[in-house]
This record gives sequence, C-alpha cells and structure tokens, in this order.
Amino acid sequence: MEDKIKKVSIVVSRGGLDGVYPGLIMANGARMDGIEANLFFTFFGLDAITRKRMGKIKIATVGNPGMHMPSILGILPGFSAFATSMMLKTMDKIDIPPVPEFIEMVADAGCKLYACKASVDMFKLKKEDFCPQVDSIINVGKFYEISAGGQIIFT
Amino acid sequence: MPQRQFGPATVDIDEEGFLTDFSQWTREVAAAIAKEEGIAELTPAHWKIIEYMQKEFKENGQVPSIRKLNKSGVTSTKELYGLFPGGPAKKAAKISGMKKPEGCV
Repeated sequence: MEDKIKKVSIVVSRGGLDGVYPGLIMANGARMDGIEANLFFTFFGLDAITRKRMGKIKIATVGNPGMHMPSILGILPGFSAFATSMMLKTMDKIDIPPVPEFIEMVADAGCKLYACKASVDMFKLKKEDFCPQVDSIINVGKFYEISAGGQIIFT
Repeated sequence: MPQRQFGPATVDIDEEGFLTDFSQWTREVAAAIAKEEGIAELTPAHWKIIEYMQKEFKENGQVPSIRKLNKSGVTSTKELYGLFPGGPAKKAAKISGMKKPEGCV
C-alpha cells in the first residue's frame, strides 16, 4: 500500500468564491483525516483572511464560463450579489459554511494560516487587517520551510 | 459481509470497520472500537457527543457534520479534534456505530 499523505500546504492565490473555497475545503478535509495542514494566502486569495473583505466574497459573474450564461447578464447591477447569495444558500444546506465561519472552523481544526509577505506589502496591509486566526505574515522561503516534508497544492 | 467479535457481541462491519447495522451497537462495542482507534477510555465528554450523534442519526439517517456538532452546543470544533484525534468525524461515527460520513466537510 502507498504511504499515506501526512502533510499538505495549500496556496490560495485567487479571490472570489470559486477561488477561495477549494483551498478551504481541501485544508479542512485534510484535518478531518488527521493530515497536518497549512494554508498560505497570496494575491487576491488574501481577501479570505482580510477582516473587511472575508464576509463579502462574491462569485464572479463576468468572464466566468463556469456560470453557464452569457456574460452580458453578469454585468447587470446586483447580479453577482444575487448569484452569490443563491450559491451560499445552497452551500449552507450541505454544511459548507460562509468564508468567515469556514476560516474559524479550519483554524479550530488545527490548520495553520499564513499571509504572503509580498502580497501584503503590495496591498499595503498590516497584521491587524487580518482575522485573528492568521498565524503570521511569511515570505516564500518561510513557506517552503513550513511545507517541508509535505505536499504543496496550488489553487 | 465481514463480521467482528467484540466481547459477547458479534457485529456486521464494512471493509473499513464501520458497523453496517446500527442496531447491533452496544456501549461495549463502542469502547472496543475506541481502543482500536487510539482512545483508551471514553469519558463523559465523549459520550455526550456519541449520544448526540446517534440521536441525529436516528432522526435524519445522516451522520452529523463537524459544523453541525459545533453549532449544536454539545461540543466545539476544537474539543472534537481534541477528543477524537486524527479524524474526529470518522472516528466518532465509527465508535457510535454509524456508517462512514460521506460529506466533504
């Protein structure tokens, strides 16, 4: 039998619901199976751990072929908010929590959360701008150090 | 179908050791499975969770998720991971005599 995966470090590089959820689900799922997990938020992925933004993450309705509809509809005012609210309702029914609750859940499950130094500098953010679950702001070198001995997954 | 003997009780299990017939579950079976899963003794805190999960399972036919357990007020996510280390939802379900949880969260 193959060796079991013992540790994963997951990079969340995209914003928007479809950018943020896969990484959160994979990290949480890892912890549910006793696998050590780290989450590293970079670029627009930082929205998921930024206090002001984490509760307002939406699904992109423009330029998103996965929406299965003409982009012209997606530009209608309020359409993204509507699609987001529909999607969050559906997810809530299958027990996938909204982003802020999910961040709390995955942190309580023992997953460590980190923010990317380069992105933090670029967006002129500070440690205080992040939710309390964020362990620290780290650079790429530190990320590799933390990920040593495990798998790295980029989302 | 595979079977296992736990003391006087014989139970039907699936290939991963989850009971396939909830009615065969006893507290002694639970304690024996817990030992195999690395939990030396089931404390009152464990039992509170097991009883809640079984109540939910009987009512809905579904193994409650970690989120649901956290929201129930019976336990918290942190406590759950502490009490059932290395896989709380699956271990708690196995010890409670229920099928393996199917959800992703």
